[in-house]
Amino acid sequence: MSDSQPDTSDKRYAISDKSAALSRLRYYLPTLVVAVAVLLAWELIVRVFDIKQFLIPKPTSILEAFADQQSILFDKAFNTLRSAFGGFALGSAGGILMALVTARWVMLRQAMMPFAIAANSVPIIAFSPILFNWFGPSNPFSWMAIVAVIVFFPVMINMVRGLVEVDASALEMMRSYAASDFKILFALRIPNALPFLFSALRVATVLSMIGAVVADFFGVERATIGKYITQESASFRFENTWAAILLVSVIGIAFYLVVAVAERSVMPWHVSVRKAE
Amino acid sequence: MDTSTSGGSQTSNPDQKVVSIKNVHKVFNSGSGDAVVALQDINLEIGANEFVSLTGPSGCGKSTLLRLIADLLQPTAGQLLVNGKPPHQARQDRDYGFVFQAATLYDWRSVSQNVQLPLEIMGYSPRERAERARAMLKLVELEKFADHHPWQLSGGMQQRVAIARALAFEPALLLMDEPFGALDEFTRERMNMELLNIWGKAGGTIIFVTHSIPEAVFLSSRVVVMSPRPGRITKVTNIDLPRPRNFETREDPRFFAAVTEVRESLREAYGV
Repeated sequence: MSDSQPDTSDKRYAISDKSAALSRLRYYLPTLVVAVAVLLAWELIVRVFDIKQFLIPKPTSILEAFADQQSILFDKAFNTLRSAFGGFALGSAGGILMALVTARWVMLRQAMMPFAIAANSVPIIAFSPILFNWFGPSNPFSWMAIVAVIVFFPVMINMVRGLVEVDASALEMMRSYAASDFKILFALRIPNALPFLFSALRVATVLSMIGAVVADFFGVERATIGKYITQESASFRFENTWAAILLVSVIGIAFYLVVAVAERSVMPWHVSVRKAE
Repeated sequence: MDTSTSGGSQTSNPDQKVVSIKNVHKVFNSGSGDAVVALQDINLEIGANEFVSLTGPSGCGKSTLLRLIADLLQPTAGQLLVNGKPPHQARQDRDYGFVFQAATLYDWRSVSQNVQLPLEIMGYSPRERAERARAMLKLVELEKFADHHPWQLSGGMQQRVAIARALAFEPALLLMDEPFGALDEFTRERMNMELLNIWGKAGGTIIFVTHSIPEAVFLSSRVVVMSPRPGRITKVTNIDLPRPRNFETREDPRFFAAVTEVRESLREAYGV
């Protein structure tokens, strides 16, 4: 083995690479098995018991519908996605800003937080017609506003917690250095808040997809996934509805994963990330 | 602290006490029904290059006294001076370094960046920060771990990083609040040795809070015994064991005699 040094090290690298891939496969294998088993069972049950297409279509019919409707679906998904991403960006930026302001002034926080928590428990989607009324039934901002309002509160509440729930001795230490509030914010409070923020953002990705589709239901714009879902369901083309749901889910998962990857790169030091290294 | 590494916080007056405490009282929740007298009529003077331990059972106010010196708490009555200044001024002038019971390292910073934190706050240049961090990590023998993250270190190593951080801006006064309290006995004894080594090299005044009588005796030039309800100083014992102290010191009959003396004074305070 020691005859050709560079060669062996290369091989060793390849082996460790392969074993890493193997262990990753072993990690995901049970999930894969479950997914395949569920899809097979679904397909079989629908075929064997001859369940009507409009109740539950077969997975293969859903895939067929997806392939068939692909270009229409992608077209409509564009508008829905724009609402989701735009609202996500607006809502999280607003939530983070509001958190920074309320965390700084104790009085303001004590005055505001009960309302934020109360607002968070209100089904904000019910306000959709009001928001369309405010910003206009065909203004893309109306869709984004609905998503933004849904995203805003969990992001703000979590960010405030992260900024405020700081280890007491870490704070005493900063005080012992006579550190300014500004320095304490940037060196201690914000890094401390990142794990809180990212868990809120991960939830917000899912919320923003839900919000965007529901906003579609209320808006006048026809080229959206939400409208497509209502239309196709009304015409009993449920395999198309399912295909739309499939697309929205896949996009939602992708969105979630993007935030999860961002989380890893922003805070590689955090417990939740360390273990996976 | 030897003059070459002094932070310049010492005044030229050689008689100037590093810490001077006169008739200090501290009452928590004063004015309300559940007022607690944490400290009553404390008088204590600590000179340059002394190693003084504050010891006593829980609730005797030793940590409170340390926080009054650090201006992390304010006295209800009485006068405190640090380097001849009110504690608030001394804190603003960064006259002291503080080591807490928990290492309090930031997970998002590497070991070296943690040591640089106070330097960053105090506006040192990046080059000087890096240089000092290197020197301080060498002092606590962790230079190989500069780029590690805190969670990759053992408890004892983390506390050494905390000491390096407290010493990074070379304060002439080091305040330590049960820094080894969470460590096992073996690690604690080794850390005691290392602290004396560091003190031998860096110099300065150390005020050290501990529950452990042997630890207080081993480290200190003076041991201040405190008792609770209300927190007060019951006795101050000079420890005349020769320096440098090492593992043999712990087997020296004079060490046992000193430990016994401190223990007796604690018992007297309780009347048992």
